Amino acid sequence: MTTMAIDTADRLLKRPSGPNSAMDLATHLAVHGPLRIPGRDDRSFRDGILRAVAESGLLGRGGAGFPSAVKWDAVRRSARRPLLVVNAMEGEPASAKDRVLLCYSPHLVLDGAEVVAAAIGAGEIVICIADDSDPSAASVEAAIAEREAGGTRRRFAVERPPAHYVAGEESALVNWLATEQSLPFQRVDKSVPLRVGRRTALVHNAETLSQVALIARHGPGWFRGAGTADAPGTTLVTVSGAVRSPGVVEVEMGTPIADVLARSGVDAELSGVLVGGYGGAWIDPSRLSTPYAPGPLAAAGATHGVGILVALPASSCGIAETARIVRYMAGQSAGQCGPCVFGLPALADDMELLWSGRGDAELFDRVSRRAAQIEGRGACRHPDGVVRLVRSAFQAFAADAHAHAHGRPCRGHDAPTVLYLPRPRASVGRAS
Amino acid sequence: MNATLRRVAVRLRVDPVACDAYGYCAEILPERVTLDEWGYPIVDGTPVPAGLVELATRAAAECPRRAVHLEQVAAGH
Repeated sequence: MTTMAIDTADRLLKRPSGPNSAMDLATHLAVHGPLRIPGRDDRSFRDGILRAVAESGLLGRGGAGFPSAVKWDAVRRSARRPLLVVNAMEGEPASAKDRVLLCYSPHLVLDGAEVVAAAIGAGEIVICIADDSDPSAASVEAAIAEREAGGTRRRFAVERPPAHYVAGEESALVNWLATEQSLPFQRVDKSVPLRVGRRTALVHNAETLSQVALIARHGPGWFRGAGTADAPGTTLVTVSGAVRSPGVVEVEMGTPIADVLARSGVDAELSGVLVGGYGGAWIDPSRLSTPYAPGPLAAAGATHGVGILVALPASSCGIAETARIVRYMAGQSAGQCGPCVFGLPALADDMELLWSGRGDAELFDRVSRRAAQIEGRGACRHPDGVVRLVRSAFQAFAADAHAHAHGRPCRGHDAPTVLYLPRPRASVGRAS
Repeated sequence: MNATLRRVAVRLRVDPVACDAYGYCAEILPERVTLDEWGYPIVDGTPVPAGLVELATRAAAECPRRAVHLEQVAAGH
């Protein structure tokens, strides 16, 4: 993303007037108000924060949308002090929300991390920032230095795992912390806590922790004052594509997609909108009234995923864009599971045949069979996201898909892409 | 053959990271294991009928990558 507008809203993105720069601790406290974070063992604080976050109904903002408070139970029962891992890997290429938080409001993320660390008894906080995001890391390191100078007793560390799509998947992240191999592994029972060495690890997305920092200040009732009953609060959405001001906006959960796009200035007729990221789903323009919240999005065949909307102009081809994403995602496989290693390139081949009008009579049946064979058969959900994307493309761009299949590529089939597609990287280990 | 496996419901699970598509499991237990077009096993996760448990145990034991697991079906599943 080259130009990044930041739409100031009332909560996570609240900031003083004036030029955009990282808020130092004094400015942060002036904007958001003071926050008491006790030392390690303060039972009333711990019980209070556990209750407040449970009552707030906060859903994780890292993609899975899991209730945050539920994640705490397993690690709180562990004998050793758990490790709190702040997940700011942001492997979705179309997402910039975590970078915006870390660059402009690093203390909000660190507040949330300290609050959760106090609530679960974690002694150390590890902030994971991809090794291609130096400005975020510099901003967080400066904020940590301010806190250390102010006498915090919490230990912070910044880690820089390699930037690739699945690096932020929880098992890949803790695997990297333990072994420096950024590779997911199969989790048979997700209620069993992740581990780094002998310590249990709790992984929270950076935005989730920022929400905790505000819940700790203002309480669950305030938090529920925005959003819906099922999905309370606000959420950050990175909006790109055919909009005048691409960037990160903060909206109430449940805001109609059309209104979220309007905040960024839609300046073209749209043929579809990509929701939730490259492992998300396309929706067609008739569904833009869908409320932006996990439940309604799932009902519309989409996913909240990471907060992402990409507006596809009518001048572009959804089949072509999908083919590009699938090829990119095939290259982002961690290379471990057969259905992902062989299935995703096969799907990419099919989509490129369709795009170029060289599809054969069996193409739709073949894609459908392959999608069914790939789904649910990886150690992580990376292949499942690609399957969802492909299926949604055939729904949202059904007429285009049909035309392409009959050798009539649509008018936008060679239009330039509106997607950000990073260059693939070879290594999942530490850069040498 | 573990005698307790005869009494509790078990199902097959494949660890996709460990699996290298040797395909022995599908040869030993074609009733419950099919292969995708790339040669990787597809199991459906439903309980293995008692009459096939012995073969399922063999399929797990003979996987060169130790990728096939027999696991108990949790109560309520």
